[in-house]
Amino acid sequence: MNEKVDAIIEKYKGDKGFLVSILQDIQSEYNHLPKEALCHVSENLGIPVSKVYSVATFYRAFTLKPRGDHLVYVCLGTACHVRGASRILEGIERKLKIKAGETTGDTKYTLGTVNCLGACALGPIVVVDQEYHGQMNLSKVDKLFG
Amino acid sequence: MEKLKSAEQLESLRKEINKKRDRNLPCITVCGGTGCHAYGCQKVVEGFKKEIEKQKLENSVNVRPTGCHGFCERGPLVVIYPKGIFYQQVKVEDIPEILEKTIMKAELIERLLYQDPTTKERSIYEEEVPFYKKQMRLIFGNNGKIDPCSIEDYIAVGGYAALSKAFFSMKPQEIIGEVKKSGLRGRGGGGFPTGEKWESCRKAEGSPKYLICNADEGDPGAYMDRSLLEGNPHSVLEGMIIGAFTIGCHDGYIYVRNEYPLAVKNAIVAIEQAEQYGLLGKNILGSGFDFSIKINRGGGAFVCGEETALIKSIEGDWGEPRQRPPYPAESGLWWKPTVINNVETWANVPLIMNKGADWYSSIGTEGSKGTKIFSLVGKINNTGLVEVPMGITFREIIYEIGGGIPKNRKFKGVQTGGPSGGCLPESLLDLPIDFDALIEAGSMMGSGGMIVMDDRTCMVDMARYFLAFLEEESCGKCTPCREGLKKMRAILEAICGGRGKKGDIELLERISQILIDGSICGLGKTAPNPVLTTIKYFRDEYETHINENKCPAAVCKDLIFYDINAKVCTGCGACRRVCLSEAITGELKQPHAINLKKCIKCGACYEACKFEAIVVS
Repeated sequence: MNEKVDAIIEKYKGDKGFLVSILQDIQSEYNHLPKEALCHVSENLGIPVSKVYSVATFYRAFTLKPRGDHLVYVCLGTACHVRGASRILEGIERKLKIKAGETTGDTKYTLGTVNCLGACALGPIVVVDQEYHGQMNLSKVDKLFG
Repeated sequence: MEKLKSAEQLESLRKEINKKRDRNLPCITVCGGTGCHAYGCQKVVEGFKKEIEKQKLENSVNVRPTGCHGFCERGPLVVIYPKGIFYQQVKVEDIPEILEKTIMKAELIERLLYQDPTTKERSIYEEEVPFYKKQMRLIFGNNGKIDPCSIEDYIAVGGYAALSKAFFSMKPQEIIGEVKKSGLRGRGGGGFPTGEKWESCRKAEGSPKYLICNADEGDPGAYMDRSLLEGNPHSVLEGMIIGAFTIGCHDGYIYVRNEYPLAVKNAIVAIEQAEQYGLLGKNILGSGFDFSIKINRGGGAFVCGEETALIKSIEGDWGEPRQRPPYPAESGLWWKPTVINNVETWANVPLIMNKGADWYSSIGTEGSKGTKIFSLVGKINNTGLVEVPMGITFREIIYEIGGGIPKNRKFKGVQTGGPSGGCLPESLLDLPIDFDALIEAGSMMGSGGMIVMDDRTCMVDMARYFLAFLEEESCGKCTPCREGLKKMRAILEAICGGRGKKGDIELLERISQILIDGSICGLGKTAPNPVLTTIKYFRDEYETHINENKCPAAVCKDLIFYDINAKVCTGCGACRRVCLSEAITGELKQPHAINLKKCIKCGACYEACKFEAIVVS
């Protein structure tokens, strides 16, 4: 793992200012931020682990827990909200038997929410592995996770 | 490509590019904004390319994927130049017919043309479509004409001419004078005069100086900055380079949300191309001036749109705002003088340079000049991005451009300014929109989100929604913001849950004032806006929740009941089949009934009923 992390840091020439970008790249590599990777970043860049941890937990995009095989995001942006996004979220929560932020027991799905995808014409929107599903309703939820 | 070394070389390149291009050759442009991507526009572009190859039409037609055209409701959009024939909701299956009829025989395909839902009239050309007619697309217009990944497309439409004018025929002080005279105000929310900001940064002591483009567009329901950076990245770069030259700075940053992968990608491509052409990097156009731009991706924290938090984030820290003054123009990134403007503001700069401050300031109102891009979303027929002159009214935007409310429902309010903005009522439909008028009404311009709400939107729920958002996004530094939002949200949850008490409204107002007085950054200071404006304009709705335990819009789950109107119910059984909690019973062809004890209020029956027999009250 250390070599991979070093290679990512090298991409940014060891510039401490790119800590957020470095963590983003580590997360796309490992699907989450493993503890060892964070410790190694701290050592390599000479930043205290406490600070790396603060950054990793401050930003919404980072997760310290491993995620499921499929990432499901329900958009809760204002436009989706007025079109009933919370009902859709509840529907998916019931279907997958998990709450937003959790991963199913078989690690198949992780359910999350996002604040806006900027595709408001299609609201309410659900994104599964980068694929957009627009104008969602409960019967579409049933089909999607059937 | 050899680097351009002078203004003359840029002009001769422009001539060369335009000479090579046959203006009469049909060009099929396909909108490639994120909205159209979600509709599958990529398949349409590939479909056109394949079909053209198959029919050996390479020499008689071009295909060009472009940036966002704005009319997201009707995507994927296809516009065929030189005439500008406008086709909407184009599918892969339509491609052979478009080539055969429209391209080869100059015939129109009726069903792909936009049809006005009320007059049933069809529009042939883009500018005839009612959605576009009232717009003034000065900043956004080129989006639909150029391929964002082609610097030559941008140069062909006059790109980088403003830069060469600023570099070779103006002094920095003259540029500042021109920007000041134009009346340009920051489009990111605060509306601070751009020229003044530049001037104080230029005068500030300290070196090096920095320049930042704020593309951390975090307001839910606003996506104009993304569409600009995605669709016309060079216009943003050009503005930034002119700004850098003016304040005397050599390092710039674009801070962009990582959730906008296409914007990140297109900005990176644009920077690389500008460097190759000698428009960015060392010795720009042979002027001796150096400027380079780095991209910094945000981590999805709303507060990082605030300039001091954004600066902390670029420094590699968690994004916590700090006290101002000193303002970033005097002491910003790494405590050096820094100019921060948002994407749309930067994109306005080349326009002002090209056309002059007098022309620019002739558009708009007394205190707000130029145009503004709004994202018109929510309960509206024509969802999309609209660019309009400042001073236009809500009524014009919502009814003439937006086509009104779906299903002819009643307009209730419009929310502007993102989570820190406010909800404005029907009585303000004729308010001319500009920075100052919105603030006076209790809302703000923000980055330009405009969320339309109908009578099925509960205003208390809206306030609760925004507060929940802000509570989560508060960085936690200032106690009034951190704790106050928590408390306010709890009160709103209680009101929405039927547990509201007398005095709650007054308590909300009191806490709001504490937040306004006691927070250091814009997030905390403006966070009470959604609550204060909904109380100001929709107080009766709060009172109905509290005093009568009712939600007039039938939204708040704890206060509503689902029922079946036996007179309308046909007994088709659709509701019974979708009911998750087996709460609906009834024989086929007999009116059904809901057992309220079992009902979990998921709304599935309401959605499934084709006869509007399910009543929510």
